[in-house]
Amino acid sequence: MIDLLRDLFFDYTIRNVALGAAILGVVGGTLGCFAILRRQGLFGDALAHATLPGVCVAFILSGAKTPIVLMSGAALTAGLGALLILTIVHRTRIKQDAALGIVLSVFFGAGAVLITYIGGSGSGNQSGLDRFIFGQAATIVRDDVITMGILASLALLVVVLLFKEFKLLSFDPAFAASLGFPVGRLNVLLTMLIVVAVIIGIQAVGVVLMAAMLIIPAASARQWTDRLGTMITISGLFGALSGVSGALISATGANLPTGPLIVLSATALLVVSLFLGRSQGFLWSWIGSRRNRRNVLSNTDPSIPYRGGVG
Amino acid sequence: MKPNNVQTPSATFPLEVKGITAAYRDKPVLWDVSFQVPEGQLVAIVGPNGAGKTTLLKIIMDLMQPAAGRATVYGRPFSKARQWVGYVPQRGSVDWDFPTNALDVVQMGLYGRLGWFRRPGRKERETAMQCLEKVGMADFADRQISQLSGGQQQRVFLARALAQDARLYLTDEPFAGVDYKTEQAIVALLRELKATGSTVVVVHHDLGTVSDYFDRVVLLNKSLVAEGPVEEAFTPENVAAAYGGGVKYLAGAK
Amino acid sequence: MSADLIIVLTAVLVAIPCALLGTLLVLRQMSMMGDAISHAVLPGIVIAFFISESLGALTSLIGAGVFGLLTAVLVEALRNTGRVKEDSSIGIVFTALFALGVFLVSKFAREVHLDLNHVLYGEIAFAPLNSLLVGGVELGPRSLWAMGIVTALAVGMVLLLYKELKIATFDPGLAAAIGLSPVLVHYLLMGAVSVTTVGAFDSVGAIVVVAFLIVPPATAYLLVDRLSHMMALAVLLGAGSAVVGYYLAAVFDVAIAGMMAVVAGGFFVLALLFSPSRGLIANLRRQRRNRRSFARGLLLAKLAGLGDRATTEEELVHHLSWDSDDVSRALQDASSDGLIRRSEVGEVVLTDEGQVTAHRVVENNAAAI
Repeated sequence: MIDLLRDLFFDYTIRNVALGAAILGVVGGTLGCFAILRRQGLFGDALAHATLPGVCVAFILSGAKTPIVLMSGAALTAGLGALLILTIVHRTRIKQDAALGIVLSVFFGAGAVLITYIGGSGSGNQSGLDRFIFGQAATIVRDDVITMGILASLALLVVVLLFKEFKLLSFDPAFAASLGFPVGRLNVLLTMLIVVAVIIGIQAVGVVLMAAMLIIPAASARQWTDRLGTMITISGLFGALSGVSGALISATGANLPTGPLIVLSATALLVVSLFLGRSQGFLWSWIGSRRNRRNVLSNTDPSIPYRGGVG
Repeated sequence: MKPNNVQTPSATFPLEVKGITAAYRDKPVLWDVSFQVPEGQLVAIVGPNGAGKTTLLKIIMDLMQPAAGRATVYGRPFSKARQWVGYVPQRGSVDWDFPTNALDVVQMGLYGRLGWFRRPGRKERETAMQCLEKVGMADFADRQISQLSGGQQQRVFLARALAQDARLYLTDEPFAGVDYKTEQAIVALLRELKATGSTVVVVHHDLGTVSDYFDRVVLLNKSLVAEGPVEEAFTPENVAAAYGGGVKYLAGAK
Repeated sequence: MSADLIIVLTAVLVAIPCALLGTLLVLRQMSMMGDAISHAVLPGIVIAFFISESLGALTSLIGAGVFGLLTAVLVEALRNTGRVKEDSSIGIVFTALFALGVFLVSKFAREVHLDLNHVLYGEIAFAPLNSLLVGGVELGPRSLWAMGIVTALAVGMVLLLYKELKIATFDPGLAAAIGLSPVLVHYLLMGAVSVTTVGAFDSVGAIVVVAFLIVPPATAYLLVDRLSHMMALAVLLGAGSAVVGYYLAAVFDVAIAGMMAVVAGGFFVLALLFSPSRGLIANLRRQRRNRRSFARGLLLAKLAGLGDRATTEEELVHHLSWDSDDVSRALQDASSDGLIRRSEVGEVVLTDEGQVTAHRVVENNAAAI
């Protein structure tokens, strides 16, 4: 354990991986709160898959594997995918779930086609692909961490500045529109911030597990508080904690993939939160229901609040 | 999003709807609807399901484009008059499990006036608290909104509209799913608003209470059936016309 | 059988059950369950591998099937706690299970041939190579057998339970009232999706299963209205994507499965833009046309309401409270349709045909007075 902590500060690779995972955790946790409250939790999944063709096109056009170029390409097609989802949901009778599935599978299919085009062979899977799909946290270097940090700071700055607007948009969009806030544009902006989180995340956890970084810390945080600001703080912390612990656990042995361990750490935190969470945890509601039953038996107390389901 | 101290023009109607026609795909849902709402009145918009009541409200607030016609608030398009309007959406339109408390929801009524980026501060808290007091919900300020009963949630929404400090209130089915006591409290509140000179428009569906609660009525079924003071417009014939004769309104029962 | 034919046939056999089940998923707004199940079966395959020590087709099928259903059960359980929303539950369960699967593979199964890419991505080009051997007798390509059985099961289920599936999808309340358990239907559908996914990803991979599940039904949803038509069209679109995708992939020498997804996406975009009933372009044109025809109708109704009194354009502008441009255009439209004419002094008068149309408009749109 002590060794591990020492490594965290002095081992170059572990430090970078842990830092990268932590940054992803904070950004994913923060934006994930808005995403799950707006029932857009699975946007992360669709948009992560939608980055693949962008990465390929960027590579084909530039011929280089510079992270910033590939990331721009990824952002471009993910953003395009996001706009397509919003358009389909807004303008047709197709619902969000199908729109997500369409973008996810078609964009990813296009990416697969482009990868074989790059590889010049129609039969084999390229070695670069699995690293993209499953993440390649171990390859995160200092420059990557800096890029991730800058992107993350920008995204968090926007959230801080527009916290009030995003909250209103998430809770009551019709009311927000009646006050004159440009609901459509805020909606696009918030979705684009999810694209930023995805860009930060794919290198660390990969395409498939990106959704977890948006959903799981936020869902865990929701179990501890009834205030949005607190929820975002806890969610960011949980995300960072999952990221660092996943990175550290994977550093303890061979053949321990970082991305999945980050997600499994986050899942463990979720299980704990579901059972112990202050405001909604199973444990407390069980105790509460016992106490209530006693109260009801002794005197009918009208002050016991109505407890709505969390549909 | 201008400061609220601008005086409303006095010579114009708080709400004027002129020839509004709207369609969902090929089917008109509103056809050539025109009426005016005079200042300081309690007005019910009544009609059967699918009569276009909520669509009309959306068009008034610029949330939807009509195929023809327009609505004005104090003689101006809504976008230039929204500082005079308070809006209470249907209670079912939001997720009451959202992580926020009653006081916070009421403060949202002040967001328009705050404008971009600025956060609500102590002044806004105090204003919101006063609004909660007016609806008798001050004790529930810190309560997570999912722990409120339907009637309490409705009162929080009304308190939020009060925080908007408006001249014209547009409310969508405020009595839906609330108990009798809450309904009476809400009516009392609407009357209080009226007493201070505000105009209140309510999308309403309970025919039995129209004559008790409201001064004026707009009877709607795709097109305008009748409009005017309750005693003139809310006749059994008009109601039967609006509801296609399918509903027997017991005019003598009250 | 030629290799080409085997590959195309396998893909078509994937497309058919996917289109049938996917139509129900899309209508029930559970499309992403297809995505979730197709990923979450991974640990099932790994565990089945540990148990059987070989990648026997049957054990991995069973393992995957168990985890497919487990996904559905866990999502439902998590949602029913009331503490997590449905889409979040889906995201939590499938990522957690997939992470578990990748972890197990990396930690314990590195040396064996369990290619993760293969699971996600499939390799339909191998379809002709793996033959089914029973008692030493070669029975032809394994993928064809697997997908043939899956297709037969799915088609059989939809044919036998069409009525029940339809009711449970469109009116769960009614379904429950007539003793048709929505829960049972839900798990039946999830089970069928699991089996299809598992049977299919060996040949085409998880992502293309998702494409075949969701894209053709969604495309059909933009074109037709009835459930039976939607299923039939989705089957055609899915099979078409498989065939066209295969030949395009051959021409450009690129990934076959990916190309099939792209072609399915191409069909979707065409429908999205050009569907005569629900396409974006049709919607825009309808909006514009409605605006004009409503304006014309309103104008005629107003003229009829004013009776035989002669009316000038200025008066109409006043009565309709429209912009004068809008009135002019509505007048032009009505006049070119022969519904109005101008008198010698420029007043607007309804023609006989205009009178008839005006009355019809009033009748159709006035409340039942």
